[in-house]
Amino acid sequence: MLLRHTTDKVKERKALTVNPAKTCQPVGAMYAALGIHGCLPHSHGSQGCCSYHRSALTRHYKEPVMAATSSFTEGSSVFGGQSNLLQAIGNIFQIYEPDIIAVHSTCLSETIGDDLAQIVTKARTDGKVPEGKHVIQAPTPSYVGSHVTGYANMLEGIVKYFPTKTDKLINQINLLSGWVEPSDMKELKRIMGLMKVNNVLLPDTSDVLDTPMTGKYAMYPKGGTTIPEMVSMGDSLHTLALGEWATNKAAIALDNSCKVAFTQEDLPIGIKATDRFIQALSKVAGVSVPESISDERGKLMDLITDMHQYLYGKRVALFGDPDQLIPLTEFLLDMDMKPVYIVSGTPGKKFEKRMSALLSERCPEAKFKNGPQADMFLLHQWIKEEGVDLLMGNTYGKYIARDENIPFVRMGFPILDRVGHSYFPTLGYMGGIRILEKMLNEIMSYQDATCPDEKVELVM
Amino acid sequence: MVKKKDITKGLPDPSPLMDEILAKYPTKIAKKRKKGMVINDPSEEQEIQANIRTIPGIITQRGCTYAGCKGVVLGPTRDIINLVHGPIGCSFYAWLTRRNQTRPAEGEDNFMMYAFSTDMQDENIVFGGEAKLKDAIREAMEIFNPKAIGIFSTCPVGLIGDDVHAVAREMKAETGINIFGFSCEGYRGVSQSAGHHIANNQVFKNVVGLNDRDRKGKFQINLLGEYNIGGDAFELERLFEEAGIELLSTFSGNSTIKSMEYSHTADLNLVMCHRSINYIAEMMETKYGIPWFKVNFISAEGTAKSLRKVAEFFDDAELTAKVEEIIAREMAKVEAVKAAVKPKTEGKLAMMFVGGSRAHHYQDLFNELGVTTVSAGYEFAHRDDYEGRHVIPDIKIDADSRNIEEITVTKDEELFRDDLVAKKEAAVAKGMEFSDYVGMMPEMKKNSLVIDDVNHWETEKLIEFYKPDMFCAGIKEKYVVQKLGVPLKQLHSYDYGGPYAGFEGAINFYNEMERMLGTDIWKMVDAPWKSEPEIVGSFAFNG
Repeated sequence: MLLRHTTDKVKERKALTVNPAKTCQPVGAMYAALGIHGCLPHSHGSQGCCSYHRSALTRHYKEPVMAATSSFTEGSSVFGGQSNLLQAIGNIFQIYEPDIIAVHSTCLSETIGDDLAQIVTKARTDGKVPEGKHVIQAPTPSYVGSHVTGYANMLEGIVKYFPTKTDKLINQINLLSGWVEPSDMKELKRIMGLMKVNNVLLPDTSDVLDTPMTGKYAMYPKGGTTIPEMVSMGDSLHTLALGEWATNKAAIALDNSCKVAFTQEDLPIGIKATDRFIQALSKVAGVSVPESISDERGKLMDLITDMHQYLYGKRVALFGDPDQLIPLTEFLLDMDMKPVYIVSGTPGKKFEKRMSALLSERCPEAKFKNGPQADMFLLHQWIKEEGVDLLMGNTYGKYIARDENIPFVRMGFPILDRVGHSYFPTLGYMGGIRILEKMLNEIMSYQDATCPDEKVELVM
Repeated sequence: MVKKKDITKGLPDPSPLMDEILAKYPTKIAKKRKKGMVINDPSEEQEIQANIRTIPGIITQRGCTYAGCKGVVLGPTRDIINLVHGPIGCSFYAWLTRRNQTRPAEGEDNFMMYAFSTDMQDENIVFGGEAKLKDAIREAMEIFNPKAIGIFSTCPVGLIGDDVHAVAREMKAETGINIFGFSCEGYRGVSQSAGHHIANNQVFKNVVGLNDRDRKGKFQINLLGEYNIGGDAFELERLFEEAGIELLSTFSGNSTIKSMEYSHTADLNLVMCHRSINYIAEMMETKYGIPWFKVNFISAEGTAKSLRKVAEFFDDAELTAKVEEIIAREMAKVEAVKAAVKPKTEGKLAMMFVGGSRAHHYQDLFNELGVTTVSAGYEFAHRDDYEGRHVIPDIKIDADSRNIEEITVTKDEELFRDDLVAKKEAAVAKGMEFSDYVGMMPEMKKNSLVIDDVNHWETEKLIEFYKPDMFCAGIKEKYVVQKLGVPLKQLHSYDYGGPYAGFEGAINFYNEMERMLGTDIWKMVDAPWKSEPEIVGSFAFNG
């Protein structure tokens, strides 16, 4: 047994977190910043933060992940990190030549009270920011929220800086993407193409964290939302924000600064959430839904109805981030599955409300929790109380899956031990087909591997 | 295909490369970085700048003090709860990511798969986190009932004034188990290295010497600085066991806190990773009289040499015969694989920038395959790891190293082993060397380029200049280097392979190099239409 100390009785905890279903803010800020073109993320804190976040993202994408650090020492921690950041900004522009530096803070720089905005302003007045170059910033105290909060804060930092309102509206909509994979961002752009909607997608990590092998290394790959695109967002007709935890702050900020109204939707995972996304898009952009989209929806419906017998009544345990878990729970319920246990380390009162609304009638036995002590240890204890047929979440789930002999689908961040997430989306109707393929493969492989010899089915 | 450097008449002079690298930097930085680069001449005493602050904004390989303390030294020990006091990230990132394998017996404690954290929130930052830390310890006791708990401080802890040592003392009294704290806040030092030192101090103070167990074997040793990444320690355990050498404790691969408690009853300490663990070796010698010497179990020759040295120290005919028997048998297997692999690897060029000992140790393995190391450096080592321990008295103590507690160790009058001191003296008289490490630079070729704390810009330029066949570093560098068409072998995580220590490890590494250096896959990177004339015409062109 790998997790040999996990008890099957849940003991109340209020101080100890064991096997977290979240990590801290800065990694989200780093990921969001990688989705803008020509940007070098910068971590204002100890070296370890930057090293850990780069390592986690690198292991997840198997791609270069570049970011710089203020390399705090004891001195900077006592006297403030201003001189470190000023020096860093100068050095980065001279040595690594990005167009943009996206600075985020850490628990260290927040605890000592470094004011990023003030330091960045000083960098400008001190002439450390060359003409035409940009420094943006986001506070990301690690002791508030989770990695998702960091993503949201950096997105807010970006839209507070670049979008500019002129007196001329542009015939386009802004699409603020929650924390999804490069493949998903590419899928969003494909869907926008099918819908014929001019748009700016922010951030956009496609062609940044899924780059081809060419024998050449580009520190700033061709992907990412460009500066002119970000500037133009202030003149867009509307903003569609996908995933409330990750994008709501930025949508509000853009509404406040440039009066671009927004619609908040879930991430388009599964049927109904994708339906809502398509309908919202159709409404705010004034376009009709093309047949190609209806066909894709039909294919997803076709697959579900074909394979319903393998899904019906299956008990599923989920862990991850609210923006994914809410539409995923809805998707599972729509297919008559039972999402019985759900945890997310990411806090937010709306989680409880949304999950109650989804589950109270259709799966009243479900247990769900987010925020403090909503960790994988608790999830495992619930599973030990009464088992499940499927586990879905990031790579750390493999220890539970192995100990309890449960089929396991990897979804979320980080996925350290499988590939595919960079290339094959889980958003939209086609993404729904991929989620379904992954679930069915695991469920059916489990049946193949564990059923009695005489029960092995050739056709399934 | 790019033409690589001809090194048949010796390594090229890398001065032009150094100039190009430094030209990019602001003057002050260029001056600083220059001191961290040495064009090696093993016949001379050369000084390199090491273990100093990384310049802010420079994309470094380095991590933090916490990573060195929790991740490296204590992480591999399975029967202790390593409780991280801080916001969630530090615990999350150190959760199983270093591949320290462990093999608990049925029913034995094993907390390696768990990440424990106090998950500090803003109210803990504002009002202090000690109460939450105490509660977390109580909850850990109630649920897991461990034999020991280590408390690891992350950046905010020291700043807000939480006293983890006071909490540890109080909770030790309350629970009756061994609880101790580490002031290993990320900013304490210039790299992971400070964390190693802090971990060494606390383990020595709080664990070593708690159990004066009776002898179990004729020859008792500890293996220091072996972390069982990819199962390295398992391979070494196999060799010691067969030789009849009682391995009391490994610091800290496949280890238990229990075994560290009686590690002071050893006759000899073997030091693998000098950088991370030499402090404990020194302190054990001062307090208990246990001699130590440096070993290297990376490479087959190194393993044979190290085993022979252990046998020589114990000076026992039966042990010597057994060790020779093992070496003869294992080397036959090693030589067979080497003979098959070496023709494919001979003449290739490698460079390695990693850790505090691996960039040196792995050169021996590459030498066995006829691969030349043209450039190397450490991520977090000190001058002694480059130049040899004789420079230690000359190393300037700066503000950053002064942060780390130096503990005063005195002779234990009751347990001090005068017999070992005499044994060591006799061995020294016969020419054996103790308490020494020659360092990397004297063992590297003339004109090889040694760089401390290499950064991203320098990495790119190095590859451009040398066009190496193999680059060894870590996960953050891996895909950058591979995009440039050069295979990268991770020497922290072994790319999820290994073991590479000992004889079986050497065989594994030879086979891995055959795979990585022998594949033609890199030649397929360019699409055929990049080199063939373009087809003119538009017969199927729909545009």
